[in-house]
Parts: sequence; structure tokens; C-alpha cells
Amino acid sequence: MTAVGLAHPNRLPASAFVTDPLAVARRQLLRLARTPQTAIAALTSPVLFLTLFRYVFGGAIPVPGMSYVDYVVPAMLVQNLIFLGFTSAAGLAQDAGSGILDRLRSLPTPRSSLLAGRAVADLLVQLAAMAITVDTGLVIGFRFHAGPGSIAAGLALLVVIGLTLFTVFAAIGLATRNPETVQSLTPPFFLFLFVSSGFIPVATLPGWLQAFARNQPVSIFTDTVRALLDGPAAAHVLDHSAGQYTLICLAWCTGIAAVAGAAALRSYRRL
Amino acid sequence: MSPMIEIVGVHKSYGRVHALAGVDLDVAAGTILGLLGHNGAGKTTLVRILATLTRPDRGAARIGGFDVCTQPVAVRRLIGLAGQNAAVDDALTGRENLEILGRLQRLGGRAARQRSAAVLDEFDLAGPADRPVRTYSGGLRRRLDLAASLVGRPPVLLLDEPSTGLDPVARRRLWEQVRDLARSGTTILLTTQHLDEADTLADGVAVLDHGRVIDRGAPADLKRRLGDDRVVVTLARPADFGRAAAALGPLSAVAPVVDAAAGTVTASVRPGRGALAAVVRLLDEARIELADVTVKQPTLEDVYVALTGAPPPAASSAGLAGSRS
Repeated sequence: MTAVGLAHPNRLPASAFVTDPLAVARRQLLRLARTPQTAIAALTSPVLFLTLFRYVFGGAIPVPGMSYVDYVVPAMLVQNLIFLGFTSAAGLAQDAGSGILDRLRSLPTPRSSLLAGRAVADLLVQLAAMAITVDTGLVIGFRFHAGPGSIAAGLALLVVIGLTLFTVFAAIGLATRNPETVQSLTPPFFLFLFVSSGFIPVATLPGWLQAFARNQPVSIFTDTVRALLDGPAAAHVLDHSAGQYTLICLAWCTGIAAVAGAAALRSYRRL
Repeated sequence: MSPMIEIVGVHKSYGRVHALAGVDLDVAAGTILGLLGHNGAGKTTLVRILATLTRPDRGAARIGGFDVCTQPVAVRRLIGLAGQNAAVDDALTGRENLEILGRLQRLGGRAARQRSAAVLDEFDLAGPADRPVRTYSGGLRRRLDLAASLVGRPPVLLLDEPSTGLDPVARRRLWEQVRDLARSGTTILLTTQHLDEADTLADGVAVLDHGRVIDRGAPADLKRRLGDDRVVVTLARPADFGRAAAALGPLSAVAPVVDAAAGTVTASVRPGRGALAAVVRLLDEARIELADVTVKQPTLEDVYVALTGAPPPAASSAGLAGSRS
């Protein structure tokens, strides 16, 4: 194939913006299928953690007015997205370090193909983890307490949160270009994950921690999903209505995606 | 006909490091240019600019008449890139790697499959094609990497130190493949640290040092400027060294160098023209028994030495002024 003889050799056909991300997504999913240890770890950890929190820690954490499993399933859904994000960032860092990204960037494919394709593949994995978490929850006593519209909105919002976190982890992977460095960045994420409303009612925390724990994004994500999935059952442990949480959550997502997305694109161009 | 690859006054700095300090080069369609230089000479930076991965600070580069900065997609349609990294995916099979890259080189699904199969056959990779790449040897991976750059039949191939880390057999084989590609009309720019590689493959050689082209010409011209090959003779009886030196005297450009302890005599001879045979014949006529004879090929070092010793082009002395030890 040569550029000679094309009317607009410097332009790509519109179809490339669909076919190429799908080709990259296919590669990601094939990779996942070929390294089943990664896939298995990612998809069994929700089962493990949910069971652990339900039967081991849950008994010691009273949540007034609702069962602990109902309280913790939304947190688990958000936690999945963060754990999977690290796998994704490490993979991207490896590609960036190994020269694979250089090769992809030298091909006549849209510059967006790589990130869009990875986002698609990550989304499918996130959906699988979400299904596993909800199913496990249902087996060990979790129940939806909201209407179908609210539940659908909650799951849709998880997809939005997942894509938002994708930009964060893409930026990390592309900036570090080294899987070990990516792993070394887990502590701050654990801080956000555990100093949050995810696993304990925030009211049990010392006062100076409460302000952070109530308002940091991981808490907002969790409480939004909680408001939408648990409905009235969770209303008394939440600060806002489901609608208000949704707006705050979307605002966080927009802000985070704008900053992290710009950083990811900048690193990608400068690789 | 305008050259397939044109590089005009290209500068590129990383912070205070001047990776490229004004490079002008061109490569005619269907020829191989060997870009010779040490680590840090700027070879990879130049390849990255041609591959549209990095933008020059100043100057311009064109491939097939398309500017790498303003028409990058058109340039990407023309080039294949393979490098020292073997940028193929470990977890995927060889075939899957090629098919996905084929799709990203604007081939349809069927065309990508057919071209991948054809390239795998061409590169003798059909056997391991359906094994994950992580099971491949280093040479096999590198061959797949080269194959991967060719799925879209690019008319221009950029090879960044393609033989680094290959064993001699794999290296020869790669050379054959590169020559075949050139014969079928592909324009190739390849970087190397090895004079013999440039000499074997390239129609033209450019020597890059500290971001400047310090010499440019046909390999034969370059070699002419290199002066002599050195033939190192190890004697079966070290005591013969005096007679050996005398016997080789007429052949050697300068008096043969004797290392009595090692039992070797080193003669400087004009390259080619049966020099080695002449050395052996002279020693045989003098009835001196040999343990070993080796020809020391000129190296990249020798090129630099020859270029400093040679009267200037100005760029040559400037390029070598800050030479690192």
C-alpha cells in the first residue's frame, strides 16, 4: 500500500476510527486470554473480597439500619475499577517501554486508536467484574432496594466512572513507561479506597478525617452508586439524594477525565 | 527523480544535548543507505524523526515527497519500522501480531490475513507462526519484527540497528532478507555500529558523529580512506619472528610489528587483492610454519581515526572535536 495514487494520502478513512480501535481491543482481549493468571486474578478478587467483607470484617462493622452486604457491594464495584486500572496501567507502561507503542504510532492509524481500543477492552473486563460482583453479592445476601431505572442508572454511572479512571491509569502507564513504577503508585490509591465511605460509615472516623472521607472522589463514586442501587435502604447513611450525588459524581468525572485525559494524550504524543 | 528520503538541515535537541546538529541526507528510491555511528551519535533520533515519532526542532524531512511534520499520515502509509527492540507482542502468536498490524496498516480483514500468511512464508516463520511469541528465540523474534514491518508492503523501510544481539547465523540471514527487499525496489535506511554490516548491505554509507554527518559516500570510497587491513600471523615457533617480519616486509605498508612474547607478527596490507593469500605464500616460501592467520577488519573506530587523519571537510573536524573517549 502506498500513498501514491490516493486522492488524500494524508487523510484516513472515517472507518479507521472504528476498525482500528476494535483491532487494538481485540489484541488486548487476546492478550488477556493468553495470560489467564491476570484475568483470573482480576475476576476472582471481587468474589474473594466480597466474601471476606461479608463474613469476616462485616460482622464487626455495624451500619445503622442496613445490612453490611448491601452497604459494601457498591464499594466493591468501585474497588474493582481501581484494581483493574492498575493492571491496565501496567500493561500500557509495558507497551510504552517495549517499543510496541512506537511501532503503533508509526502506522497509518488514528492516534486515538490505541487508547480508544484499550478503553473498549478495559470496559468489557470491567463489565465482567461488575457482573461477577453483583452475582456473588446476590448469592451471599445482597439485594437491590431501588427501582429498575435507578439500578440501570447506577450501573451506567459505573461505566462512566470506569472510563474516567481509565484516563487516570492511562496517564500513569504512559508517563511511567515501567510496570514496576506503576505498582509502586498503589499506596495513594489505597488511601483513597480505604479512607472513604466505602467500607465503614464515615461517622465512625475522627472528626478531622471525616471531611476528607466524605468528599474525596472515591467516596463520591461509592455513595452515588450506593444511592442508586440501594435506594431508600441507604438514604439515612448518605448526605445527599441520588440525584444530587449523580450530579456531583458527573462533575468529578468530567474534571478528572479532563485533567488525566490531557496528561495521557500529552505523554502519548511525547513518547 | 527526487530522492525517496530527503533530510534537510535537521536539528533536534533534548534539553542541552544536541542529538542532531544539522543533518542533510538523501536516499534514492530503491537503494540502501547505511547510517553508521556509535551509541549516542544520533542514529535513533534520526530514525524516529523519519518515522514521525519525534518532530525535528529545525529543518525538514520528507519521505516520498511528504513532509514528516505536516503530512505524517501520508508518510506512515509509506514506511515500515523495525528496530532493536523487537516490538512484537509476547502473549500473542506470530500470526496474530502480523494480522493486527496489517489491520492498522489499512488492510481489510481478508487482505491482512493473506498478507500475514505470505510474509510468514517469505520469512520462513510459518512453522512457529501459531505459537506465542514468548516461546521464540531472539533471532526468531527479530525476524518476526522485520516481517511485522512489511505486512503493508511499505516502499520505505527504516531499520534501527536490526542485527544488534543476533548471532552470526541469524545476522547473515537478516542481511539476505534486507538485500532481497532492496532488490525488489524497497528503499532502506538502516543504522548500524558495524562497518562490515554497512559495507555488506549498503549502496551508500553516511557516518554520523555527535549529530553530524562527518562522511558520506559509497562503501568502497569509505574503505579507501580507511587505509590498510591488518593481517595478524601467529607463528608455530615464536623464535621465527625475525624471519617472518623480514619475509613480510615487502608486502607491508609499514614495518611489520612483532610481538615476540605472543609469537605474532602484524603486517599492514592493502585491503582486498588477495592480501591474505600473499601473506601465506610469502611465509610458506620462507618455510615458516604458521599456527594461525587472522585479518583484522577495520572497525568504526578505524573510520573515525581515518577521518580525523584525513584533511578536513570542516564538518569532520567539528564533529570530532568533542569526541568522547
